Amino acid sequence: MKIDVDWDLCDGNGVCAIEAPGVFEMDDDDELHVLKEDIEEEERPQVDAAIRVCPKRALSLHP
Amino acid sequence: MKVAPIAVVGASLAGLTAVQALTESPAVTAVTVFGDEPHPPYDRPPLSKEVLRGVWDVGRCALKPVEDPRVTWRTGVTVTGLDQDGPRLRLAGGTAESFPGGVLIATGATPRTIAGADLDGVHVLRSLDDALGLNADLDRLPGRVVVAGGGFIGAEVAAACVERGLNVTVLEAQDAPFERVLGAEVGEAVMAEHRARGVQIRTAAAVAALHGPGRVESVELADGSHLPADVVVLGLGVTPCVEWLTGSGLTIDNGVVCDASLAAAPRIVAAGDVARWPNHRFGEFRRVEHWDNAIRQGRHAALRLLAEHGYAEKQDFTTVPWVWSDQYANKLQVVGSTVDFAEVVVAHGTTAEQRFVALYRRGEHLVAAVGFNNARLVTRYRRLLARPVRWNDALAYAASGAGPASTRPGDH
Repeated sequence: MKIDVDWDLCDGNGVCAIEAPGVFEMDDDDELHVLKEDIEEEERPQVDAAIRVCPKRALSLHP
Repeated sequence: MKVAPIAVVGASLAGLTAVQALTESPAVTAVTVFGDEPHPPYDRPPLSKEVLRGVWDVGRCALKPVEDPRVTWRTGVTVTGLDQDGPRLRLAGGTAESFPGGVLIATGATPRTIAGADLDGVHVLRSLDDALGLNADLDRLPGRVVVAGGGFIGAEVAAACVERGLNVTVLEAQDAPFERVLGAEVGEAVMAEHRARGVQIRTAAAVAALHGPGRVESVELADGSHLPADVVVLGLGVTPCVEWLTGSGLTIDNGVVCDASLAAAPRIVAAGDVARWPNHRFGEFRRVEHWDNAIRQGRHAALRLLAEHGYAEKQDFTTVPWVWSDQYANKLQVVGSTVDFAEVVVAHGTTAEQRFVALYRRGEHLVAAVGFNNARLVTRYRRLLARPVRWNDALAYAASGAGPASTRPGDH
């Protein structure tokens, strides 16, 4: 599965970087970076949690 | 042995998240969701942000529905009572239905009002219909908007009014905005741009009543003085929706009293704004009215209910509360619990430059970090706060420039 960030919606709250630090990271300018787009099965619980708590609903998973 | 039918009372964020979690279990047979509003579930934060600023249509607030044949949505249906025996729900109209699988209470909270709140031109901002009503009134370009209450809702409403070119006054009962929650220095910093853009902020100005011949004309303050107003928005906080639980035998005390796992009684759990529970991480017994908490508790309470049927593990709910507010281009984030803080230190940046992180001490521990335009550092502190942090360690951590993400005080 691939993680998709809707950059029009992302507001840089950084909540995803808490839930899935191996996938998302905030830089010094509060911009979000996706460290890896392909999500392994064992990362799914963290990534699912990140999707759930993103306050801007900017994250989704696609095959 | 499958799980007997379950009811979720409350069709907002906590309820919807609970339904999502329930449907992830193949053992669940039926879930009925009761919502007293006619609308399908929607997201509230944009109502005071994107919707009020006019950049979003309310339709964009709709939450992604749970598409599962086991789920029945009964919106526009008011639940009037709960019998623990069953458990059974009593519905408006006099009927009753049993849900032997359990009941999940997620009825949320309702805005506080004052005398005169039923006058035309007076608004609260909680529901989608509230937002539509306020939008329509602001579209008429009222001359004087008065916001009663300088909290998050009040500040966001004021910002939206300024962006619409409206004259707005914020009335705050405390001596400084956000004084009790954030401390005076941080509170003033948060309101600095409001002042710079012309928002009138009156502190030590508690609102007593609203007056008018049908439509509001003036706001009466606690000192007896009056302030003219064409539109009034009440941002005075909320109270939990628990009246319907009178006579249920549940313990009701500023919310539905739950144990640490969010259970209120056998096969009865609660989540979201309505749930008061002991959060062992912070040694607190309170409700948390945040969006983030509604999601986490909705899911946890659903799993807690399934645990009674042997389909999940019973766990305590501990959380590091997190809330954000958008005002103009500024992002305010509060992570942890500032309740009853004893000391505030601006540990990164300065309030003058409008980019900072303030740390909050209670006893000998760091209990919260407040970031203003500094999301990256807030994420660091949120991770840090997952476990108890001694205050001196927190200050040392801050002095080190908040260090690399992988190091934290206490890790040796």
